[in-house]
Amino acid sequence: MDDAFAALTTYAPALPEIILALGALALLTYGVFRDDNAAKTVEWLTIGVLAAAGWAIVAQPAGDQILFKGSFVNDDFARFMKLLVLAASAFSILMASDYLRKMKMDQYEFPVLILFAVLGMMIMISAGGLIALYLGLEMQSLALYVVAAFRRDSVRSSEAGLKYFVLGALSSGMLLYGASLVYGFTGAITFTKIAAAVQTGGDNIGLVFGLVFLLAGIAFKVSAVPFHMWTPDVYQGAPTPITAFFAGAPKVAAFAMLMRVALDAFPAIANQWQQIVVFLAIASMLLGAFAAIGQTNIKRLMAYSSIGHMGYALVGLAAASQNGTRAVLIYLAIYVVMTLGAFACILAMRRSDGMVEDINELRGLAQNDLTLAFLLAMLLFSLAGIPPLAGFFAKFYVFLAAIEARLYTLAIIGVLASVVGAYYYLRIVKIMFFDEAAEPFEPMARPLKLVLALSGIFVLAYVAYPLPLVEAANAAAKSFF
Amino acid sequence: MNLVAAFFYLFAGLTVASAFMVISTRNPVHAVLFLILAFFNSAGLFLLLGAEFIAMVLVIVYVGAVAVLFLFVVMMLDVDFAELKGGFAQYLPLGALIGIILLVELILVLGAWVGGGVKVASIPSAPGPAPGSTLTNTESIGNILYTDYIFYFEMAGLILLIAMVGAIVLTLHQKAGVKRQDVARQVARTRDGSIEVIEVESGKAVFPQSAKEPGP
Repeated sequence: MDDAFAALTTYAPALPEIILALGALALLTYGVFRDDNAAKTVEWLTIGVLAAAGWAIVAQPAGDQILFKGSFVNDDFARFMKLLVLAASAFSILMASDYLRKMKMDQYEFPVLILFAVLGMMIMISAGGLIALYLGLEMQSLALYVVAAFRRDSVRSSEAGLKYFVLGALSSGMLLYGASLVYGFTGAITFTKIAAAVQTGGDNIGLVFGLVFLLAGIAFKVSAVPFHMWTPDVYQGAPTPITAFFAGAPKVAAFAMLMRVALDAFPAIANQWQQIVVFLAIASMLLGAFAAIGQTNIKRLMAYSSIGHMGYALVGLAAASQNGTRAVLIYLAIYVVMTLGAFACILAMRRSDGMVEDINELRGLAQNDLTLAFLLAMLLFSLAGIPPLAGFFAKFYVFLAAIEARLYTLAIIGVLASVVGAYYYLRIVKIMFFDEAAEPFEPMARPLKLVLALSGIFVLAYVAYPLPLVEAANAAAKSFF
Repeated sequence: MNLVAAFFYLFAGLTVASAFMVISTRNPVHAVLFLILAFFNSAGLFLLLGAEFIAMVLVIVYVGAVAVLFLFVVMMLDVDFAELKGGFAQYLPLGALIGIILLVELILVLGAWVGGGVKVASIPSAPGPAPGSTLTNTESIGNILYTDYIFYFEMAGLILLIAMVGAIVLTLHQKAGVKRQDVARQVARTRDGSIEVIEVESGKAVFPQSAKEPGP
């Protein structure tokens, strides 16, 4: 009995992950035995499991807890990122339920797979070593490949799943090759030991070679240019609520992984990975801004938008400072909220004959539904980074950190790219407010309204109450320095 | 040349030769059989290194499961492999060029390394068994797999579960109107529910009064 209690307290730092794993297994069993109409119950129970995991994170004491010989690290940074992932996933499932029912895709496997994907993301965020990082990544990716192809009768969805799978496997290969080189040249798998080995041994060409491959593999998952090719096709092909999920939680988790590798394992050779991150940031910002201009499909446009946003977040990482890390965390939080809100609007683009995805279908939305048009316009202004909305502050912190780190060129290119990027966001606003009205959409489902309202309130109110988020990000960023 | 070196060259040579045959043979079934030969020889190489556990796993998992599965797939799917190889001659020059460039690069890097052109501070060696320990490597893997590495082990299990769920979700089609065997219903059938005794009046036809439910 005492042993059991001791085990419970020992593994308490991993309680959120344990809740998710057991919850997913229990829901899977429940769904198998009650296969008719189990979908709705499982969806709500999944949100309950996510909330329970969130509660377990909030209840954890502050400070670092390390488990499993250093391969599982639970620090303030991990808790911040995990809460973000859990919230983004829970809202994604909420937004998906209505769509899945109308498309007759409401199988109980969907929420269960999302739960497994979230478990993988949590492990990625908490990864303290190369093996844990890879296993978490594969757990997340495998579940995501399946949900991307979830609409089996649609060619586009199957194509999206296959493309994601093939390119994801390629990126996993690169990551593993890099990890094997890093292990070979440092003799360690946990990040702390790698950092110590790099500190004493300095950089050598083999280690840097491994680092480059490792970063390339992770950049695939973050969809930073030049490893972004899969993003537009997968975003367009996957069912819309699943695209909304892709644009939120997995990006956060992949970014957390990138920061762990860069700041936990290789702080001693920051000058080496900084070059790579600066290049990725510049390329992503520019491509995100210019390639989105010609898009007519709104999901494709959001894909390029997310590539651009990842570029801005990378600017903060390139600074390799505590302020830079804080800026990245704030950026990711605001990005997730804005993206979920924008996807709530995209999911509302439904007529009696089905979903529409063309940007021109939004024309004259202001005359049909002023509230929706106003909120979407506000979110787009925020995505473009126009003050006083939250998106402006996200970019502001990131560029400030870059300037403090004397990365002037990077900051200037970033500001210019965001000006170019503003064009395509504002084009949608123009279509909504000044073009002749199209046929009105069907009324929004209630969960979509809820997500849109929360996102709108956050974007508007951030200027008045920035402190809670900033403080949390500050505490999280301290874990690395 | 001692015995170990002789066996190394035997296994290594056969591995390379059979790997080449995998991609060059015309008959896909032969290709899979050569693949199995390559696996066996790699297992031999692992044995020479003293890694008997990995050698056995290679034989059991790759030969016993993966390659046999390949064989089934190849024999059941009627894929025209000759057609798939149609572009071979067309892409050969480009492929050969890339291969040669990679080979030259590798030689250059290795040459610089061996010649001392690349400065490597100190490469720490991977942790190995303590000198003088009598543990076999199967025992040492068993000692840490369920203790130190239980986290990885459990995660790998979950990943396999996800793969299985995914495969079922993407391929299983539930067709409506298919008659399936329902064992519980078959067992629950009683005589009363299935048989009716009807008094037949002379000169009249018999109609089933209550066809309670279609038999399983």
